[in-house]
Amino acid sequence: MASLDTGGDDGHKKGPGVKKAKKQSTRVDMTPMVDLGFLLITFFIFTATMSNPTTMDLNMPKDTDKKDEETKIKQSGSLSVILAKDNKVFYYEGDLDPTGANFKSATYKDIRNEIIRKKREVISRYVTDPACENEARSKGKSIDDCKQKDFFVVIKPTDDATYKNVVDILDEMTINKVSRYALVKPFDTELDAVRLSGGGGGTAAPATTPPAK
Amino acid sequence: MAKAKIQKKSTDTDMTPFVDVAFLILSFFIMATKFKPSEPVPIETPNSVASQVMPDNNAVMMSIDKDNKVYFSIMSKSDIQKGKEIIKEAAKRAGVTLSDADLSQYQDGEMIGMPFNKIKGFLALPPAQRAKVAQDGIPVKDSATSELVNWIGAAKYVFAGEQLKYLVKGDNSSKYPTFGAIIDAMKRNDEQKYNLVTMPQDAPAGTELYQERLKGK
Repeated sequence: MASLDTGGDDGHKKGPGVKKAKKQSTRVDMTPMVDLGFLLITFFIFTATMSNPTTMDLNMPKDTDKKDEETKIKQSGSLSVILAKDNKVFYYEGDLDPTGANFKSATYKDIRNEIIRKKREVISRYVTDPACENEARSKGKSIDDCKQKDFFVVIKPTDDATYKNVVDILDEMTINKVSRYALVKPFDTELDAVRLSGGGGGTAAPATTPPAK
Repeated sequence: MAKAKIQKKSTDTDMTPFVDVAFLILSFFIMATKFKPSEPVPIETPNSVASQVMPDNNAVMMSIDKDNKVYFSIMSKSDIQKGKEIIKEAAKRAGVTLSDADLSQYQDGEMIGMPFNKIKGFLALPPAQRAKVAQDGIPVKDSATSELVNWIGAAKYVFAGEQLKYLVKGDNSSKYPTFGAIIDAMKRNDEQKYNLVTMPQDAPAGTELYQERLKGK
């Protein structure tokens, strides 16, 4: 390796056996510098946060005691989604059947198809509402909101659902452009139904109640 | 006759361009890196298709870690005094008096997750030591004793007349009831609009949002 030798004294010594001073190269050995450079690069690569976090809007309605201020939803257009433990999802349309006949289980993957299907179904029933459409047009919005005005998704996270589950399902609302949805506490009947089908797919459901939290 | 001398060629390579490149990349990374504020607990946020950039000024953040503990942090870059005032006000509402000296160690954006009866001793510690303390989390579970209500109320009071963003940052594996308790605390302060912190993700192909974004591009 070439290195800068600063021992310039040799030139003055004269005598037998002393070699003539060689012309020294002025090259500097860059290897340690490269080492250091790449060390720092590695450090910065590891510490770099390339993707900045984003945020998602969430608007909660005001709690109201007055009956007439409550949001009314049409039974025929409602889809209830219950988030249970172990990333399980249950859903039903309209009101919950006492026998649990319309209580179905799904995964986070196929709940999207379910939402899309239900939304299409509601839109297909849509009778042109000129008042709503005109208002949307005058505001420069698409009339899509009018078409799905009867469609309502009720999200009911149980105590076993994780935060990620909730964000995922809220995300699903954005992805599928559902304009009306709400985050609600599940009813006891729904919790019972979840417990009954807790095994998933109806195979030997455990009868034990999960410990209350 | 003298034979033509074969000159010994040096095996040295010129490293200079190599160094140039290395330092070019290095400067890029130095410029692009934004250091994360120190977090006493790592929080892994879920992904979402949301594309709004997270605000880092005039905001308060409620974080939930994987053990369902809640932390409160104030981001007031332009005026660090505001953060101190919020802590003071929140403590005052809970019947704890904090002096300026108690808060002298406070840094902007720091996560505070102590119940009010322990907050005084905690804030008195130097920052380096404080980062090592395992915090208890702000009590939220019982809505009657939820201290988060005080925190949000204090933030709202100090930021009165200014725009204040509420952020919720939760860990993937934290359970819903804690998040529910935060929603509840927000409701009790008459605040309905807030943002969830997530990591960006593309809209899944074939969905309505995907098609809309395609059109927009």
